[in-house]
Amino acid sequence: MNSVVSILNGAITPVTSKRYDVLVIGGGNAALCAAIAARRGGASVLVLEGAPKFYRGGNTRHTRNMRCAHDAATKILTGPYTEDEFWEDLLRVTGGQTDEVLARHMIRESKDILNWIVEQGVRWQPSLGGTLSLGRTNSFFLGGGRAMLNALYLTAERLGVDVEYDAEVTDLVIEDGMFLAAHVKRPINGETEISATSLVAAAGGFEANIEWLKEHWGDAADNFLIRGTPYNRGSILKMLLGKGVQEIGDPTQCHAVAIDARAPKFDGGIITRHDSVVFGIVVNKHAERFYDEGEDIWPKRYAIWGRLVAAQPDQIAYIIFDSTVVTSFMPTLFPPIAGQTVAELAGKLGLDPAALENTITDFNAAVRPGKFDHTILDDCRTEGITPPKTHWARRIETAPYLAYPVRPGITFTYLGTRVNKEARMLMKDGKPSANMFAAGEIMAGNVLGKGYAAGIGMTIGSVFGRIAGREAAKHARN
Amino acid sequence: MHGTKILDEADRLMTVCNSCRYCEGLCAVFPAMEMRRAFSDGDLNYLANLCHSCGACYVDCQFSPPHEFNVNVPKTLAIARAESYAAYAWPRPLSGAFARNGLVISIVAALSMAAFILGFVALNDRTVLFGVHTGPGAFYRLMPHNTMAALFGAALLYAILALVMSVRAFWRDIGDPIGGRADGGSLLQAIRDAGELRYLHGGGVGCFNEDDRPTDRRKLYHHLTFYGFLLCFAATSVATLYHYLLGREAPYPLWDLPVVLGALGGIGLIVGPIGLFVAKMRRAPELLDQERYGMDVGFIAMLFLTGATGMALLILRETAAMGPLLALHLGAVFALFITMPYGKFVHGIYRFLALVRYAKERRAEMIAE
Repeated sequence: MNSVVSILNGAITPVTSKRYDVLVIGGGNAALCAAIAARRGGASVLVLEGAPKFYRGGNTRHTRNMRCAHDAATKILTGPYTEDEFWEDLLRVTGGQTDEVLARHMIRESKDILNWIVEQGVRWQPSLGGTLSLGRTNSFFLGGGRAMLNALYLTAERLGVDVEYDAEVTDLVIEDGMFLAAHVKRPINGETEISATSLVAAAGGFEANIEWLKEHWGDAADNFLIRGTPYNRGSILKMLLGKGVQEIGDPTQCHAVAIDARAPKFDGGIITRHDSVVFGIVVNKHAERFYDEGEDIWPKRYAIWGRLVAAQPDQIAYIIFDSTVVTSFMPTLFPPIAGQTVAELAGKLGLDPAALENTITDFNAAVRPGKFDHTILDDCRTEGITPPKTHWARRIETAPYLAYPVRPGITFTYLGTRVNKEARMLMKDGKPSANMFAAGEIMAGNVLGKGYAAGIGMTIGSVFGRIAGREAAKHARN
Repeated sequence: MHGTKILDEADRLMTVCNSCRYCEGLCAVFPAMEMRRAFSDGDLNYLANLCHSCGACYVDCQFSPPHEFNVNVPKTLAIARAESYAAYAWPRPLSGAFARNGLVISIVAALSMAAFILGFVALNDRTVLFGVHTGPGAFYRLMPHNTMAALFGAALLYAILALVMSVRAFWRDIGDPIGGRADGGSLLQAIRDAGELRYLHGGGVGCFNEDDRPTDRRKLYHHLTFYGFLLCFAATSVATLYHYLLGREAPYPLWDLPVVLGALGGIGLIVGPIGLFVAKMRRAPELLDQERYGMDVGFIAMLFLTGATGMALLILRETAAMGPLLALHLGAVFALFITMPYGKFVHGIYRFLALVRYAKERRAEMIAE
């Protein structure tokens, strides 16, 4: 540690031509873990966050927990979650589309991250008994992702990391896989060039870049809602891939869930989600069912419906249920749309009343008796309709009839920069970069080729953030 | 739709928060919210009075302003809280006192002090008022003890009556389903929670004041104020017992229990309110119900005045200043007593009862599981 006077008044002097050991681009979990690790490694660090202060931190603001391996129960985890079990879970959700060496390395490191992140001021939510149940695999941030971020920023500032907001990186100067400088546009000083000995790119994916999404999805992407930050436009990712960094992950893929169609275009976060599919049926704009609503248990169910809705005309669908199940799921941000009759409900949704009545009548007629239990694959199913509802099928017959309109809500994208175990970027020729590192969503595709399991994004961010920061500092100090 | 605009806004926010629940580990408000799917006026008033305004949920919220969801729980609940005080005030015509609180308090305080000074002058000649009196019974040469006891007893009894009536309205409004009585366990839990200000800790880091760096200063100043107040109350009670049971008359020697308790309490009542006032002045405006600054500041000022005049009286009780200082001190205490039911003092009572209610709900929930 060299003794840099920490900035306690929050005012950070704009940097003009100072040279830093480590430049971190991005301002979320991965970026801050990198900045803190680099600073603790003795490097001078500048963090450039493209968003204004309130929106700092990309999608970390909207997260709530992290998945880490641990050998025994703790105060905040109900039981062990071994490295092997974590690996099995990752293998299952990605269908094998993962870099095993990197993934196992991450899982091993995640054990220590559980403690390290607490040393950086982040607090886990303890059980309060009664109201709060703890997880076995995932630890929850007390106060959520923004609280976690606030803690990391306070620690970074205390350590003497410089942070700038509203700092848009417009270009990267890279020669032969070697980072030299970044061009930065700021509200105050206009455009300047900042050079640094090492670079950590932790600037997220491109899910908020509708134009980029349209390259793969066409006009359908106009009907997507972006669940997280409007600032993840993928500009840094694009620059790196354009300057010889090897790409990883499917560029046409993004992770999507069904969220309320009334949600804002950007930044609606966790609260717009729905998990009421299991309690009713889902119809498209023609009032037709299009997929087995009883196929699988949460969270797999949760993860597929975004994509299913994206494939329907106008990317819109309606979860239809009746008043008997209205307290079976968590309270929702937007109230369900209600009708005393199916026809009235159809009218409010802009659906053809006769078509919706037919769909519900056919569905009700196909429901077979069974013992309902939404926590298991129960025996309540339909017979003789296509698509079937293979579990949790119950008649929709008690007025008022209710509906939630849903659209695809994009969470994150899979395309990223290829890295090795040191979080060092690999160039297109396979050679590791001399001084460029990546962490977080910008390289998550290395571990997560497809699919998702709760809390893995934060694990990738913290683990590779810390590695990237450490390695970047090591390079700069040599 | 609710009775007021602020309750409509509180309902909107609780609907947002109930679909998020990231803050459930921060304090009692959010777990209490989660026990409900819809919110009556009484529910919202209960949640508002359960909130300690630590600010943690605002700083931690991904939807606080400038986000379009515009979630500001501390400020909304602060306004709802203040409006609930007025709604429960007894007798009803005096509920307007809450709206012009700073003004009312200062007028009452000034009039009380003036009345005591004029009273002393009227009852005694000027030489008594500005004379030096020492030894047991010195104070009572200015005002007979029984007159003092009757006057303050009446003021205190009135305050208690008005508070009991207000509390009944509150308890009814928050709709305690279990018959309105609290079991011993819940009471004990609430006494502990209130005594240590458990929910003014921002979930562990401290409360938020002028910026997003949490401190626990406000908690410290509140402890000084609250325990200072209790110590002063204890000093007065002990002195009353001395007087009537042991026949020992004030002023008491410096080492004696009423003086020791009163001196410690007085220091708390001077340092605590100053700290709270400075903290309030420096606190981030977005967390505050600025409309009702007057109520908070009025109460803080009254407590400070009580402590400061009491300490001055203790220090200068053997000089010619004793008479006027006694008049000032008694005026301050009298004003404090009769304005209690119509000012910030009530926050402690409603919050304590909300904590009792919360303890009961939690216990009921644990049994149900």
